[in-house]
Amino acid sequence: MIGFFFISMGVVAFVISAIGLLRMPDVYTRMHVGAKSPTVGTLLVIIGVIFIEPAWTLKLILLAAFVLLTNPLSSSVIARASHKSGMRLEDDECIDALDISKGEKR
Amino acid sequence: MFEAVMMVLLFSMFLILIRFLKGPTLSDRVVAFDALSVISVSFLVILALYFERSIYLDVALVFGVIGFLGTTIFGRFIEKGI
Repeated sequence: MIGFFFISMGVVAFVISAIGLLRMPDVYTRMHVGAKSPTVGTLLVIIGVIFIEPAWTLKLILLAAFVLLTNPLSSSVIARASHKSGMRLEDDECIDALDISKGEKR
Repeated sequence: MFEAVMMVLLFSMFLILIRFLKGPTLSDRVVAFDALSVISVSFLVILALYFERSIYLDVALVFGVIGFLGTTIFGRFIEKGI
């Protein structure tokens, strides 16, 4: 029963991520929504499956460690690439620390 | 009960697929693809629980590796071109 609770929380995180991907105005905010909450959802689903089926713990922990290692890395790669290819933020007032054309050099 | 969970997962995959088809730039599509591959990994985990077969966990691990490689290669393609 506690396993179903964790799986339901993970699926709720997925639905929140999908709605945010539809409604966010910008590439970077979409990246924020599309990279963090699927990671949390996957970890919650894997914890729930561990509670339901304890014989698969080793493979599931391997899968969770893999997702936790690679997902922030891939989102960082996309953010850096899209900033270098000239994509700008939607809100012009906010601070862009990577932008060397607008401010002073760091 | 697993059926309801899988229906909600398919619904969220459908919403992300709308962003994948509609996204104005390439970066939006790559972000949607990344989220879609992560959601597919957890869908395969729930499918392993539904069919009571642990072979689907290996499929999920390989799918995660392929999705990560695809996202990284698309990032390099956005940054430098082919």
